[in-house]
Parts: sequence; C-alpha cells; structure tokens
Amino acid sequence: MKKKIVAMTLSAVMAIGLLAGCSQTAETSAPATTSGSESENTAAEDTTAASDSLSGTITAAGSSALKPLADDAAEAFYELHPDVVITIDAGGSGEGLTQVSDGTVDIGNSDVEASEKLDEAQAAELVDHQVCVITMAAIVNPDVAEAGVTDLSKEELIGIFTGEITNWSEVGGPDEDIVLVTRPTSSGTRATFQKYALDGNEEASNASMETDDSGVLLQNVRDTKGAIGYVALSYLVDDPGVATVAIDGVEPTLENTYNGTYPVWTFEHMYTKGEPNEVVGAFLDYIMSDEYGTRMEELGYGVSSKMTTTEH
Amino acid sequence: MNNRIQRAKYADRIMTCVFYAIAAFFFALLLAFSGKVIIGGLLGASPEMFAFERQGSIGNQLFNTIYLVFVSLVVSVPLGVFAGIYLAMYAKEGLFTRFLRICIETLSSLPSIVVGLFGYLVFLIFMGMDRSVLAGALSVSILTLPLITTTTEDAIKGLPPGYFQASMGMGSTRWQAIFHVLLPACIPRIMTGVILAAGRGFGEAAVLLYTSGSGSTLRWGNWDLSSPTCPFNLFRPAETLSIQIWNLQTNAQDTALANLASAVLLLLVLIFNISANAWSHHINKKNSGEKA
Amino acid sequence: MNTTTQKGMFHKEYAWRGIAIVCGLFVIVLTLGIGAFLVYKGSDTFLKFGHTLWEFLGSTQWQPVDSAQGGGSVGTLIFIVGSLVTCGLALLIATPFALGSAIFMTEISDKFGEKFYRPVVQIFAGIPSVVYGWVGLTVLVPFIRNIFNRQVGHSILAAGIVLAVMIFPTITTVSADAILAVPDSCRKAAYGLGSTRWQTIRRIVLPASAPGIISGVILGLARAFGEALAVAMVIGQTTALPTSIFSTTKTMTTEIASQMGNSMEGGELKSALWTMSLLLFLVSLLFITLIHFCTSRGKKKLEGGNA
Repeated sequence: MKKKIVAMTLSAVMAIGLLAGCSQTAETSAPATTSGSESENTAAEDTTAASDSLSGTITAAGSSALKPLADDAAEAFYELHPDVVITIDAGGSGEGLTQVSDGTVDIGNSDVEASEKLDEAQAAELVDHQVCVITMAAIVNPDVAEAGVTDLSKEELIGIFTGEITNWSEVGGPDEDIVLVTRPTSSGTRATFQKYALDGNEEASNASMETDDSGVLLQNVRDTKGAIGYVALSYLVDDPGVATVAIDGVEPTLENTYNGTYPVWTFEHMYTKGEPNEVVGAFLDYIMSDEYGTRMEELGYGVSSKMTTTEH
Repeated sequence: MNNRIQRAKYADRIMTCVFYAIAAFFFALLLAFSGKVIIGGLLGASPEMFAFERQGSIGNQLFNTIYLVFVSLVVSVPLGVFAGIYLAMYAKEGLFTRFLRICIETLSSLPSIVVGLFGYLVFLIFMGMDRSVLAGALSVSILTLPLITTTTEDAIKGLPPGYFQASMGMGSTRWQAIFHVLLPACIPRIMTGVILAAGRGFGEAAVLLYTSGSGSTLRWGNWDLSSPTCPFNLFRPAETLSIQIWNLQTNAQDTALANLASAVLLLLVLIFNISANAWSHHINKKNSGEKA
Repeated sequence: MNTTTQKGMFHKEYAWRGIAIVCGLFVIVLTLGIGAFLVYKGSDTFLKFGHTLWEFLGSTQWQPVDSAQGGGSVGTLIFIVGSLVTCGLALLIATPFALGSAIFMTEISDKFGEKFYRPVVQIFAGIPSVVYGWVGLTVLVPFIRNIFNRQVGHSILAAGIVLAVMIFPTITTVSADAILAVPDSCRKAAYGLGSTRWQTIRRIVLPASAPGIISGVILGLARAFGEALAVAMVIGQTTALPTSIFSTTKTMTTEIASQMGNSMEGGELKSALWTMSLLLFLVSLLFITLIHFCTSRGKKKLEGGNA
C-alpha cells in the first residue's frame, strides 16, 4: 500500500513537471518584460543615468576568455540593480554566437567577429558591442627566461611555433627542447595570436600540446621546462609563475596596446540579436562606462575607448 | 595427493594475501586522494566562502547541486526501473531486443558534451525552455537512464527463478510477482545503480553547461515560484558545484574556492552514499525479517 | 476470492504492464533518437562536403576548415588510435584491481567490505572529471616526469592511469553485485568437496558471475570511452599518432570537447566533429556487441558443460 502511494506521488510529480514544462515559456519571459519589482532598491548612489527600477534577467554565453570580466561586471551591476538577475556561461565563442542567434541567450560573447562563425544572414541580425580589448602575450617557463630569452623577434616566434626552431639554443637560450603549448584550432585566442603574432603562419599541430582552456595552459607552461605558450593579459595579473616575452622589443602591456606598438590584440565582442532591450542595454552601457573602465584595467582587460588605433 | 593439497593450500594463502594487498592498496590510494581533496580544500577556505552569496561562496551552488540531482532522479529512477522491468519481464527475447539492449548500454558511453548538445537542441530549441534546473535535470537523466535501466534488468534477471515461479504458483499476476516479490528483493542492487547515477549527476559539468546555466543568484525566503531568484523555481538557471569548479579552474580564477567546492562535493557524495547504503540495508533487513 | 477483486487484479496487471512497456519503449526511442540525431548531424561530412568514408577512417590528415565552404581534410585515424590505446590501457590497469577488490569485499572480508570498502569505492564514482583531471595534472604528470626523467609528463600513460582510477568504482561495484548474486549453495558445495577458498573463487564463483562482471567491464569501458575533460588535461593533446606510452596524442572525445564549442555551426569542422561522435557511438556499439556475443557463447558453454 505504501509503495502504491509512493508510485502515485512520483507520477504526480512527473505530471506536474510536464504540465509546468508546457506553460514555462510564458512564466519565465514574464519577469523579463514586465517590471513588477517590489521597490526594495537600495542602489541610490547609482551614478549612471540608468533608472533605479530596473528588473529582469540577462543571460549570456560564449567566450571563456571574456567570462571573468563579464562575471565581475555582473557582480558590480548587481550591487547597483539588485533586481536584475545575470547569468553568464562559458561554452566557446561559436556556441555563444549560435545561441544568441537562436535566441536562447540575450548576449553572445565572442573573441571573433560574428561573420566568422555564422552565415551571413544570421550574422546580419546581430548587433556588435566591442566591450573591451584583449592583449595576448607569449609566455615561457621561468627557466627559459632566466637563461636570457626575454625578447623574440617575429621571425623567431614564427620559427618556434611552426616547428622549424626546436631547441632554445637556436634563439640564445639554454640547450633544451622547445615544448609548444597552444590552443585548439577553433579557439579565438589561437586565431588572434596566429594572425597578429605569427603573421598568419599555421602553428605546427603535430608537434604541440593543445589545451582546452587558458587555466590549464598556464599550469602546463609553469610546470614544463622549456615550454612556450600564449594567454591573454587578464590571466597574468596575479603572479602566474611564468615569464612574458617581448615581441621585437615591445613588452606586452596595456600601455603598448593603447599606443599601437604591441600588435597582438583583438576586440572582445558582446553580440545581441537586434538592439538590446532596456535591461541588457543598461548592462552593456555599464561595462563600457568610464566608471567601470578602471576596474576593467585592474583585471587586465583593455578599455576600447582608449585605443589610439583601431586597425592593426 | 598430499602434494596437491599442500599446493592448493599455498595457492589459497598467497591469493588471500594478494587480495588483501589489492584492497589495502586501493583503500590507501582512495584515502590519500580524498584526503588531499577534502583537507586541501578545507584548509584553504575562508569562512565567507560558506555563505549563500551570489559570488565567492558555495552555498547556493551546493543547494543547486542537491536540488538538480534530486529532480533528475525523480525523473530517471521511475522511468529507468520500469524500463528495466520491461526489458527483463515483458520484452520478447530475440535479436531485436538484444540489439536494443546493446544500444542502451552504448548510450551511456556517449561523451557528455554530445548529450549536452542534444539536450540543448531538444529542451531549449524544440521545447522552448530557458537554461534551467529542469532542462539540466532532464539532460542528466538521459545520461543516467541507461545505467538505471541496465542495473534493474540485471538485478531482476540475477534473482533465482524460484522467486518468480513461487509467486506465480500462488496465483499472482505477473505484475504482483514483480511488485511484491522481485522488486523488493533487488532493491539493494537497484540502489547501486541509483548511487552510480546520482554520482554522475553530482559530478557532471559538460552536460549542464549547455542546459542549466551558471546562475547563482538566489534570494532565500522568496517563495514566488515564478521568480528567477526563488530557490525552488524549476525554471531558473542553476550553477552546480561541478560547473562552478569547472568555471573557476579553467579560467585559473579563485583556486581556493574551487578546491573548497571540490571538497564539499566529495563530502556530499560521501554522505549520500552512506545514507543510501544504510537505507538499502534497512530495507534488506526488513524484508528478510518478514520472510522469517 | 470473488470475481470483482480478481477483475481488479487483472486490470491492474494490464495498467502496470502498460506503464512498463511505455517506459521501456521510451528508453528505446530515446536511444534511437540520439542515434538518429547523430546520423543527421554527422552525415554532412559525406553528403555536403563530399569526403569519402575511407578518408574519414583511414587518413591521418586532420585539417578541417572552420567554415561552410569546406575543402579541408578530415582523417580521424589519429583520434581512433588514441581512444583505443588509452581505453585499452585503462581497462588493462583497472580490471585486475577492480576484480581483486570486488572479490575482497564479497568473499574475503565481507563485513568490512560492505560497511567500509564499498562506500569508499562508490564515492569515487561521484568525483567530477575536472577534479580527477586537475589532480592528474598537478600530481600524476609531474610524478611521471620525474620518475621516467622526461621533459613532458603528459602522456598516454597518464591518461590511462587517470581513466583507470575513474572506471575502477564502476567495475568494482557491478562485479561485486554479480558475485553476491551467486547462490551460497554453490560455495557450500565447493567447500563440502574440500576446495580451498581460492579454488572456490576461481572455479565456481568467478565463472558463475562472469556475465555480471563483463557488464561491469562494459560499463567501465563505456565511461572511459566517453570521458573527455579529465583525459584532455593529462594527455597533452597533439595531433600525431602515438609511438609509445609516453607519447602525447588526442582521443576522439578530447577533440570533440575542445573544438565543439568554438566551431562554426554548419561548417566543415563542426560536421566532422559530429561525424566523430557518430563514429564513437558506432565503435562503442561494436565493442559492446562483441562482448555480448562472447559472453553468451561462454555462458552456453558453461551450461552445456554442466549438463
């Protein structure tokens, strides 16, 4: 008898779940459009022009390089507007663009322009917001830097990453094999590095260790003697245990990116489908505001408006 | 003759030692592993990490994990157990059924990312859900269903045929035999399947990345089920502990928090396993008590 | 017994049987649905981009273009070899230990086994792959590097060991359940004939529980085949055929997991990745069918021998 009750409860729960599943679209989209907020806003010191009664949900997905920044901005935005619920997922630039194009997220984060990962019709529907600049730096294991390799010419860098130079002694370093640590071919970080640091030369896939994310890449370069790889500056703000390498004598810093001397950088994009709605728009404005810009630089991202050149 | 007995005795002693050695080795390995994860995680933690905040703490993620796995089990356990009963008792033996059984086992070998994208397509695109607890739980169910189905079927088939025959001989219907005799007798083995399934749910990251999202904004005391900040809303995004770990570690962000999350996840699995085991022992005892 | 309760009894029988059949069919439809989904997504490689099956399976040239124009090459031999080698190695390491543990916790020390050993083993089924991968990367990889004195510790060996630890709980628990299901009368009969414990285990318990043990191994293999995150961290993904167990290489799942999220929808790379998922499905299917075939033959032989 008891079991029957259990079984019936279970099936009832399932039935409710199914019913609820059908009516769900209406349910969740409701709070996004109507602003039925209990007026418990504490964000009186809101300095931007955004109204205090903002409420709703924002979902974003895509680039993992942009996620730390988006998370931080969401946290700061939440302090100002506690009725706005922001969710940020990683998943890759391609997924971010596909999902914003599908309409399953409000913002698609991407390292590359939409036209590279979507067909023309889909890309035309999306509106680009260049929220920040990411600078990529070549990094080496400390043992290589201690032995004197702190600056590589572009030719040397190309030779190393295409697999023609295989020993550090060829570029004035220790007699040690070079271990290439790179990213998968579809990664936005790799595409940027290849385009601007290697002048478009293809990296040697059959001689390099690929890593799915920058966190693991950092760990690999730190642990492996003779390793060289590349990450965005945002991963290097706390002491990362690796050494950066200057390219043609120019150190990878935000300053050098702003004044146009360091070439390996790219805009990070937040795409919306059509013009953003009030809540999403307020969030994007906040990220690109001067007020948040200082925080952005602390995190190792570049502010778009400070760029003196917009072309490479 | 004597020689052979002697040799058999030696072999017995040697093998006993070997088994003790294997068990001791793995016991030590597992203890070292969990010790490293749990102690390492707890030592690096600071008190505010245990809070139920939007970021920088694990409270909401802990709740999300338990809630999501619970919802997923509510769906997959009845479905899987009934499906197992169907395969064990009702499906006609033949090439087709055998092929299907193989298919189901194959299903559990699919990489989670494929199941995640399948879930994204079915639940988010076709059914129009948002990233939510429900979409995530249903996707995890896809992953765990084969496991529960297979263990249930194996458990029923593993019972001595006398159970079923005796029950039928007393004039019961097939269903009564299944429900009152076979199922109670194989609850411990089914529990094993459920524990393994829950374990996959606890540890799953790739599937949930596409279906449940990384939301961690909860407002405790908000009982409006349609609000995105209500903890029990099935249709809000939910970041589980494993996604949190994945998010933090892949971006080399807050390592101490990631380690703490790993430690708490391990403790959670530990508590779940011990209580599930205790419960199935209890049932076992009650059953054998009734029989006596 | 009056006729109404009897009637109710049969109504219930039909109702419950209906539910069981619906659930069974649902699982089957789900399986076939995912299979069909993979076929639909993966067929583009051959139909839209015009690659041959032979190129896909037999070539080591893996340079698909991440755009809808196509024109790259999609040989996946490296990944197939990588998957087979790592999973094979993992099974080779895990199975003896798992079997030993299962026997220990059921035949040798059943009280300690049930109370302490089994829960401890089961905990390890619930640890997220990321944690395994991270511990592998920070403990195992440097360990291999130092012990074997190599510059790079990432290797097939590291991946095999991590996978072995991951599938160990699955094989152990399922095998232990199978061993427990062997009727005690078998053991008593063997002891009665004067066998030692090892003889009983080897000649009676193991053969009788072989089908259950094999399904544990299958489940373990299946988990190993589908695992991506942990393997990706320690295998040192390199697009090259392995030459030794210290080589770095890629498996099918690591390549799928690392590229799927970033590739272009409808592009050649994405299609090739879906085709690879389909291949993974088919390869697992083949393995599992083979193992089923072997066990049913072995079982028949056993039954025939007894008769």
